[in-house]
Amino acid sequence: MGKGVAITGMGIVSAIGNNVDENYQSLIAGKKGISRISKIDTIHKGDIMVGEIATTNQEFISQMGLSPENNYSRTALLGAVAAKQAVNSAGITDITKYKTGLISATSVGGMDMTEKYYYEYPTNTAVQKYIDGHHAGDSTQKIAEQLGILKGVVTTISTACSSAANAIMFGARLIKSGQLDRVVVGGADCLSMFTINGFKTLMILSDTYNTPFDEHRKGLNLGEAAAYLVLESDAVVKAENKPVLAYVKGYGNANDAFHQTASSENGDGATLAMEKALEVAGLEPKDIDYINAHGTATGNNDLSEGRAIIRVFGDAVPEFSSTKAYTGHTLAAAGAIEAVYSILALQHNTIFPNLNFKMPMEAFDIRPEVSLKSKELHTVMSNSFGFGGNCSTVIFSKEA
Amino acid sequence: MKNVYINSVGSISAQKTYDNNEFLSEVVSYQEQILPVVDPNYKDYIPPAAARRMAKGIKMGVVASKIALQDAGLEEVDAIITGTGMGCLRDSEKFLSAILDNKEQYLTPTSFIQSTHNTVGGQIALELQCKGYNFTYVHSSVSFESAMMDAKLQLELDEAKNILIGGVDEIGEYTAGLHKIIGHIKPEAEDVLQVLQSKTKGAIYGEGANFFVLSNERNENSYGKIKSVSIFNTLSKSELNNEAEAFLSANGVSAEDIDVVVLGNNGDVEFDGYYETLANGLFQNTPQVCYKHLCGEFNTASSFGFWVTAKMLKNQALPEVLRFNDFPVKEIKQVLLYNQYRGENHSFTLVEQC
Amino acid sequence: MEALKQELKENIIEQLNLEDMVVADIADDDMLFGDGLGLDSIDALELIVMLDKNYGIKLTDPKEGRAIFESINTMAAYISENRTK
Repeated sequence: MGKGVAITGMGIVSAIGNNVDENYQSLIAGKKGISRISKIDTIHKGDIMVGEIATTNQEFISQMGLSPENNYSRTALLGAVAAKQAVNSAGITDITKYKTGLISATSVGGMDMTEKYYYEYPTNTAVQKYIDGHHAGDSTQKIAEQLGILKGVVTTISTACSSAANAIMFGARLIKSGQLDRVVVGGADCLSMFTINGFKTLMILSDTYNTPFDEHRKGLNLGEAAAYLVLESDAVVKAENKPVLAYVKGYGNANDAFHQTASSENGDGATLAMEKALEVAGLEPKDIDYINAHGTATGNNDLSEGRAIIRVFGDAVPEFSSTKAYTGHTLAAAGAIEAVYSILALQHNTIFPNLNFKMPMEAFDIRPEVSLKSKELHTVMSNSFGFGGNCSTVIFSKEA
Repeated sequence: MKNVYINSVGSISAQKTYDNNEFLSEVVSYQEQILPVVDPNYKDYIPPAAARRMAKGIKMGVVASKIALQDAGLEEVDAIITGTGMGCLRDSEKFLSAILDNKEQYLTPTSFIQSTHNTVGGQIALELQCKGYNFTYVHSSVSFESAMMDAKLQLELDEAKNILIGGVDEIGEYTAGLHKIIGHIKPEAEDVLQVLQSKTKGAIYGEGANFFVLSNERNENSYGKIKSVSIFNTLSKSELNNEAEAFLSANGVSAEDIDVVVLGNNGDVEFDGYYETLANGLFQNTPQVCYKHLCGEFNTASSFGFWVTAKMLKNQALPEVLRFNDFPVKEIKQVLLYNQYRGENHSFTLVEQC
Repeated sequence: MEALKQELKENIIEQLNLEDMVVADIADDDMLFGDGLGLDSIDALELIVMLDKNYGIKLTDPKEGRAIFESINTMAAYISENRTK
């Protein structure tokens, strides 16, 4: 217990930047990526606020040199772009040199194309190529192909908004147990009419910028994004003399077993997930220097998560913030996006602000960090919670 | 490292498999393109208040889980790991057509909530009040094997004692129609018991749920021991015999040691060649078993193959309807499973008598 | 008013899949949530859509629903006062 799994590369595309550096620049500049829907064909265009990525599918397709006959969903495009960045940043030139896998997360999969062509499929042969691109595993297969991962452990996790955190967790366990030498882990989700309307029916979409942990929070903004990490075994790191960005130090997953969508008032599942992660990391609550909270800005999540944080950390809650005010809630990708932000926080000894916060919550005394803050960071905890009671925590550290 | 045992089974399929006292003693034959399941009485297992929002996939998953828990004599498990290729497809279809038909107006949340892939896993956790580890794998034909890999890892390292794993998929009518258009489903209804000899492209589809309690403690109810499971995103026919051999030798056995090989043939002339490569190659002298003519093809159909394997090992019986060749079978000690779908997402699973 | 109550009961049973219930099982003053019919927050969202679709009443905050959906009586009273169709 306690020994970390090395992270040697990372890649990201989100509403605040098309690569790691652009994301970092936006984070320190306090630059949000939230605006009214402009790219999706929906009656909510110009109304509901989301975190869209400006680059179009066509631009991604030409960047990647895909043939016009390709059947990539936007999820697959975002995922492939971010995963390639991660592999490049890890300095990997021959992916087949070590036993390499890919664990990817998505909730939307190819729904963006399905909803566009659903009723057209039976009659328009030109769009039928997207039928087989609908299922969640399809984007992962395509990312593996783009990375050149063949005959490998390639699989997909879908546990709603905690999916990517779980992909990181499973990947870390595959490395720890010696099943793989190297694994690319993360998640991708594009925006779709399906999810936008789905969250609208739950009445948890804010009509303005989302305000995590604020007393008057009105709900979340959805976002689209993809991010991936490269995890490598100590043996590979040593053999290749690799620089290590950070370590996956601990992880925990638990189920709230309370309700299909709502979190329990006292955050039982979240508490268990944080406690397990600390146990796997061999750390005490006092060892955590910063928490990148799930903080979706829904009434229910922030209350439940805040209470769970207090249950775990008592009266010594470290600085915490939610970065969802920057990117929106990127669903299955969120855990990977926030993993990248947690690693950036460690690298730069910087806590990113919880934007849009004005009024502390009445339910408790803790309040998020609202300005960019320098602090020597050794360990960062990242929370991701989802429907179906799914609660996940990953701890990243500078030292193994 | 601890051993991993199959301590119970629970199956809902196109055959009457929900009764654990039987092992395919009666076989239901179909003349269909898509097979329904033989339903248990769901109300015997799920209270009406909980059932009212449950889609078919959830009901099948919850009931197969409860049967598996009963069979294991357990009230609770440490973790729940689900595999599903398409999740609750019917609710996804329902919500999407509501969006399109009503021009994004008057939409209600229930079908959206049910459409997320981890609904089944979440509902099982709710029903069992299990606050433990809960994952859902959604990777086509290795969804179930991914769940098994994950559980095996935890049990070997003693991170958990009892883990419920399962594979579940439901048929969605519209999506099935689309899969007919692109030729993934056979163009005509066929006698499903003869489908493995079919000369046409595509498969007969099905649905179902197969759940198992895996444990690192053997008991008198144990069905078998999982020695190894391996998944491959791509594999060519020319590599198949070598990869199977390498997989076996990594586990200290050779092809001659395999008493039965369980193959995922579905009667699709375009892709059954993968199975034939093994059936006419490394395992040409091995008793061969097929099962998709009984359950239909779906992303987690291999979980039915795993159910067949568990039952074979425990009962030391091989129902005639499963046999693909007529080599004599004596004792069933080592079983290898191989599956793929449309040439992708291959898996090998090695299960042993215990 | 009685007709409206009858209609509400029928719609609630159908919309919320209360399979084992008939109209006679729901009394006008039965609590719909909690210990009564046992409806939950997802049902409340379904009822909000029902108000909009059938009676032209738009609620923007699900919290508003709590008092309105207390019983068939409260629902019927609110609807007859605020309906636009």
